[in-house]
Amino acid sequence: MAECHPVAFRWVMEAKNRGATIIHVDPRFTRTSAVADLHVPIRPGSDIAFLGGIIHHVLEHDLWFKEYVEHYTNAATIVDEGFRDTEDLEGFFSGFDPKTNKYSWETWTYEGVDGVVPAAGHKEVYGEKGAGRHDLRGTKMLQRKTDPTLQHPRCVFQLLRKHYARYTPELVEATCGIPRATFLRVAETLGRNSGRDRTGAFCYAVGWTQHTVGVQYIRTAAILQLLLGNIGRPGGGIMALRGHTSIQGSTDIPTLFDLLPGYLPMPHAVLPDRGLDQYVNNNAAGVGWWSELRKYVVSLCKAWFGAAATAEDDWLFDALPRLSGNHSHMTTVAEMADGKVKGYFVMGENPTAGSMNGALHREGLRKLDWLVVRDFALIETAEFWRIAPEIERGEVRTEDIRTEVFFFPAAAHTEKDGSFTNTQRMLQWHERAIEPPGDCRSDLHFVFHLGRRLKALYAGSHAERDRAIQALTWDYPTRGAIEDPSAEAVLREINGYTVADGEPVPGFAELEADGSTACGCWIYSGCYKDGVNQPARRKPQSEQHWVAPEWGWAWPANRRILYNRASADPEGRPWSERKRYVWWDEEKKLWTGYDVPDFVKDRPPSYRPPPEATGIAALSGIDPFIMQADGKGWIFAPSGLIDGPFPTHYEPEESVVENPLYPQQCNPTRLEWNRRDNPYHSAHHDPRFPYVLTTYRLTEHHTAGGMSRWLGWLSELQPEMFCEVSRALAAEKGLRNGGWATITTARGEIECRVLVTDRLRPLRLKGRVVHTIGLPYHWSYVGRVRGDPANELIPFVADPNVSIQESKALTGDIRAGRHSRGRRAATDGVELRSPEPRVAPPRDLPGRRTVLRAPPVEPKR
Amino acid sequence: MAKVPILSEWPVLRQLRAGDASGLGATAASERTRTLAPRTASADRVARSVCPYCAVGCGQLVYVKDGKIIDLEGDPDSPVSQGCLCPKGAATFQLVTGAHRMEHVLYRRPGGTAWERIPLDRALDMVAERVKRTRDETWQERIEEPGAEHEGALVRRTLGIAHLGGATLDNEENYLIKKLFSALGVVQVENQARI
Repeated sequence: MAECHPVAFRWVMEAKNRGATIIHVDPRFTRTSAVADLHVPIRPGSDIAFLGGIIHHVLEHDLWFKEYVEHYTNAATIVDEGFRDTEDLEGFFSGFDPKTNKYSWETWTYEGVDGVVPAAGHKEVYGEKGAGRHDLRGTKMLQRKTDPTLQHPRCVFQLLRKHYARYTPELVEATCGIPRATFLRVAETLGRNSGRDRTGAFCYAVGWTQHTVGVQYIRTAAILQLLLGNIGRPGGGIMALRGHTSIQGSTDIPTLFDLLPGYLPMPHAVLPDRGLDQYVNNNAAGVGWWSELRKYVVSLCKAWFGAAATAEDDWLFDALPRLSGNHSHMTTVAEMADGKVKGYFVMGENPTAGSMNGALHREGLRKLDWLVVRDFALIETAEFWRIAPEIERGEVRTEDIRTEVFFFPAAAHTEKDGSFTNTQRMLQWHERAIEPPGDCRSDLHFVFHLGRRLKALYAGSHAERDRAIQALTWDYPTRGAIEDPSAEAVLREINGYTVADGEPVPGFAELEADGSTACGCWIYSGCYKDGVNQPARRKPQSEQHWVAPEWGWAWPANRRILYNRASADPEGRPWSERKRYVWWDEEKKLWTGYDVPDFVKDRPPSYRPPPEATGIAALSGIDPFIMQADGKGWIFAPSGLIDGPFPTHYEPEESVVENPLYPQQCNPTRLEWNRRDNPYHSAHHDPRFPYVLTTYRLTEHHTAGGMSRWLGWLSELQPEMFCEVSRALAAEKGLRNGGWATITTARGEIECRVLVTDRLRPLRLKGRVVHTIGLPYHWSYVGRVRGDPANELIPFVADPNVSIQESKALTGDIRAGRHSRGRRAATDGVELRSPEPRVAPPRDLPGRRTVLRAPPVEPKR
Repeated sequence: MAKVPILSEWPVLRQLRAGDASGLGATAASERTRTLAPRTASADRVARSVCPYCAVGCGQLVYVKDGKIIDLEGDPDSPVSQGCLCPKGAATFQLVTGAHRMEHVLYRRPGGTAWERIPLDRALDMVAERVKRTRDETWQERIEEPGAEHEGALVRRTLGIAHLGGATLDNEENYLIKKLFSALGVVQVENQARI
């Protein structure tokens, strides 16, 4: 955190100055470790074992926060009797289908209910099967069975205890390489720091997400934080430290295939398809806040299709495209390499350097008819047709690449108005300071004018399929000779308005499902409340209280801490004076506090819904997690996840050890791309690749380098690609500090300088020594400073929930000296893959239901 | 030739007058030092901005003079950053004013070995034509593969066009991208947020 989010880390130091204990868990000793109270080196890819060990410790030593857990979580809820745990089935949950490597979720549900709709994640799992449901799910949530004593063998609490029973300090040591004494110090520190007067926080970044079990890493932390009573309270929470200025915004208003704005799922191809009704039945919840979904979808259709969206036409919902599977980034690039994608827009992104298996990306780009790149400079993705290892090696000739490439220079943030959403969900407006130079334009300008042209091209069409583009509302006011569209007008549409008079709505509670309101992103509704650009608010910190609610605007409804009803006890009183945040005002009969209460504002803590209640009325006064169908924090996730209701330790796709817990080696539902241009190592103990590789960022550079490798100041600070190795590994392999090394995987080979350092240390797992090689991934083939890209080494393989790649734990080899010939599996595979990787069987350990791997498929060339 | 100093400005006289016998106090300052001011003081205006690198969201102040950015500093009013910027944030000035920035649209024709400069409007026309052509050629109204899981189901899309955006795009930009591409039936819309 001190390395990659230095200014946020100031607040960690502020907490330390006030007495907080700082624990840093990282394979490397970094600037964060240097000022932490405790640095815990860990084997990359073993965090669920580590966190699961803490859960085990907290349960075994009764360190959990009883009042919080009993009232605010689903610990007491009884799970369906068909449910079987990984402890019962050797690393699988019930419902696994080895033919498809997928789970069915039927047995993961609560006993006595008709389905449970998750707050986030995969809501559409029923819709995806084409079942064509006619009813809402989860209307019987209030009939679920619970055991408030937490003793029932099938209650969540007891299932949790059983699930983590073997995650002992000894197992943690054998799996993570963390000595027992160090582990116990962490577990005891966290366990002690819980209760009415104490909270603890977790901060993480992509070191937790870029795994084939990435989502479950976060889930493990969530379970622990619920047990310790650390969600929805000041000083608590799980902080995702996101790495790009508006990456949170890119998720909220998603340029992501599976979402519409505001975490509304994209519609799926289903039969029978009854339009919007079908979509609502597949995605809305019978109880809880997601019962409101129809209002948000109809308002979105009104915002997009304007007057053409009418009740008779089902709001033009059917004009939206449907999904029929995974259309995520890596899937798209693999299909590109197979010639299925013809045109590609890359806007402010550099996938050939920043994404996995760069050679496979370039193979995809070579198969395109046309490519559009928008950036500040000619990045690698724009130059792929003339600057790349395979071109240098003569395997690919520039003249043979038929792809047309358009490069559009981009305007900087100082040359355009707009809002960024930071990692705390806070929108901040940036003002245009000057005009963009030359042909530089904002992406807003580009998309707006592209849209204008396309609307003109399709204006005369009578085809049904062109209705959406014809109906699309696109009349944003423009400014000046370059006809720059007004970002504020777009923000106004995102906020939403009343159709009759065009006035901004004050918030999402005012949205309707009858077409009387339009709203581009329901969770952002309120950002233009009263006709005021709320993200542009800049009341100095010195002139307001510590929550600073008048600086920028946070979604939803300017709430700074989500689920903050949990900052008060079940009676609605602050848990303690020190931890006072939001509470029930008995006189005014309202929730109040320093923040905007995240609850039905006049619902008293004593409210209990009548048994027949549905929708928001079904949330009781002690249900702080209002987006969940049961209003509770989910220790057990009965739906929403592809790979299991509890996090389970699986080894990475490529590991140096066998899974010490289960015969099942890897996440059985992980996404693989079995292709000859994306070869994998053996799942464990591949003799060719005996070391762990992990990647990371440096303070002085920014991801794929498009915003840093061209700048003199930053390039001077970190001029060259390097790898970090321990003294022991350096001695073993003859690596010299400042000398060169060659690092190899089945995907490719790179060279870089060597940094021999105590910052990386060998770990001991049951007497075995495991070495980790650290690789920053900022460099590539063009720019002011250049170097081999680490990402060329990493395969396409992903978490099944979110399709995010596993780049934080894989295997590879290192040798001293410069031996790279720039070979890549995608273009030079025969030589590099020799000898062929040992593929199935067995890819995973021979378990009861070993997942067999499909034979590699030769890509079409 | 250097200007002959006025007698009364002789250092020794100034020191005596100010009682600064050691000459280490204010009298040591030259006229130039006394009239120095930060270049931010000469700005015509200051724009409120936000750091474009990581997601912490540090406040930035952009100082503008004669239509040019003359400096960029941390915003002390920000409750997030209290005026601080990290090495990357502090390099923002170079990011937005540096010579690395391309200012012209470039085009590489199929099989071409060099970039060619083309006008912005023409490039936009060309891209729009290609989007239309590709979309029309690759349109998929329903799933037609026999035996597919959703055979016959409505999809109304093209899998012939894809998009990948960076996560330094503004919310408003992402909104228009999602809106336009969805209306065109493009579903392969992705972002750094996936990575």
